[in-house]
Amino acid sequence: MTDTLKTTALHDLHVDLGAKMVPFAGYDMPVQYPMGVMKEHLHTRAAAGLFDVGHMGQCFITAQDGTWETAATALEALVPASITDIQPGQQRYTQLLDDDGGILDDLMVSRIDMPGHEHMLYLVVNAGCKTADYAHLDTHLPDDVTLSVKDDMLSLVALQGPKAVEIVSAMNPLVGKLTFMTHGEFELMLDDGPIFAHVSRSGYTGEDGVEISAKHDDMKRLVGQLLSHPDVKPIGLGARDSLRMEAGLCLYGNDIDTTTSPIEAGLIWSVQKHRRTGEGYKGAHRVAGDLKTKTRRLVGLKPEGRAPARAHTEIQDEDGNRIGEVTSGGFGPSVGGPVAMGYVDVPHNKPGTSVNLMIRGKTNPATVVKLPFVPNNYFRGE
Amino acid sequence: MLKFSKDHEWIKVEGDTATVGISDYAQKQLGDVVFVELPQVGDEVDAGGELAVVESVKAASEVYAPVSGEVTAVNDTLEGAPETVNASATGEGWFVKMTVADAAQLDALMDEAAYKTYCDGL
Repeated sequence: MTDTLKTTALHDLHVDLGAKMVPFAGYDMPVQYPMGVMKEHLHTRAAAGLFDVGHMGQCFITAQDGTWETAATALEALVPASITDIQPGQQRYTQLLDDDGGILDDLMVSRIDMPGHEHMLYLVVNAGCKTADYAHLDTHLPDDVTLSVKDDMLSLVALQGPKAVEIVSAMNPLVGKLTFMTHGEFELMLDDGPIFAHVSRSGYTGEDGVEISAKHDDMKRLVGQLLSHPDVKPIGLGARDSLRMEAGLCLYGNDIDTTTSPIEAGLIWSVQKHRRTGEGYKGAHRVAGDLKTKTRRLVGLKPEGRAPARAHTEIQDEDGNRIGEVTSGGFGPSVGGPVAMGYVDVPHNKPGTSVNLMIRGKTNPATVVKLPFVPNNYFRGE
Repeated sequence: MLKFSKDHEWIKVEGDTATVGISDYAQKQLGDVVFVELPQVGDEVDAGGELAVVESVKAASEVYAPVSGEVTAVNDTLEGAPETVNASATGEGWFVKMTVADAAQLDALMDEAAYKTYCDGL
């Protein structure tokens, strides 16, 4: 089994750090380090947690005519977000949709901010979807637009938490000028010399922080130096999941997939107003349709008591009728109790609605709540 | 003397009553325990049948009865302090007390040395 799994450039380091390794999206990845999920989670919210996300897909889209407009217009036909108006240095969250408006993957789209490279789109996609994503893009991008996959060359890490930016800013003070969902190319001064890295102020924890892309060998040096900082601890996939759940962020494969639309998933904030008309991209009719015909919505669920409600737990109304299903659920270390997300039929999605979660055949009361469970700490500028 | 099952439960028999919990190896594998669902006093359980559910931050795991019998007490302190399982798996973190319907079932379990060898091979 293990010999068929892929590894990231940081794999040996995880093993040396004593990580418990598990198969995830075809990769042998650290689920937790000796510190344990609970402490890793709390450390990230208190200081800075380092995540290896090198299993995710990184690729560039460029047009043969060398213009931003051609490349951006081509991607804009496949996602609900507005792409053509992205400025150099801006980053946007969106989804690849199929013809029925189902979600093939969710992704980050950036426009490179470097002289001579401002026509380039940089995408980060999910590990479990990347092969299918690349095939989808290859098929549906026009012939004069090129997809370049960089997974063999680039590593990706996230440093998340209140101290993350201060720590990276010590390697280049300009990093501290970034605001949430912006990015740039930076020379980071390490003790053994500089490296060149792409840094974005974003993440998957609800905390302030950055995601850093660099060549594999440069990344090993960067990670070595980051881990020597007393406030930085390595964090595994276990805490990554509990952190994103508390932050109310969707996980592809759990909360969103080809059966769910961006509107049902509560991702309307990622669909700009002029992109809600029902045309202009693959699956646009579903986005517009789901805005009118409100059938079901993804909501936060706060279970009473301490029993976690895991994915696929049935949700019932107070009369015992099935109204939906939990898609993500577990224990929130910062909340100090169970948290869950799931789809419920409208109008049960109203915050404050009392519902029942059927855990192992028993009725567990819960309340529909607004997401996130823990307030976001994004840096949007002074 | 503690005896162990292949599913990582321990059992300690004292007179007519046995105390049951999960092993230190099991609590380390599970990580931070956040919830334990215990049976009701008076429940009849079969050897190998579901006895309890232990939830860590990441996942739910079933705990099986090492022998058949009737549950005579449950460890209520786990309700408010499930982390006791991590701190003291074979002591204060016990799950239930139960009768032993068939003492011969104990013979199928491992002693501490055999269990250690078993875990080393996993």
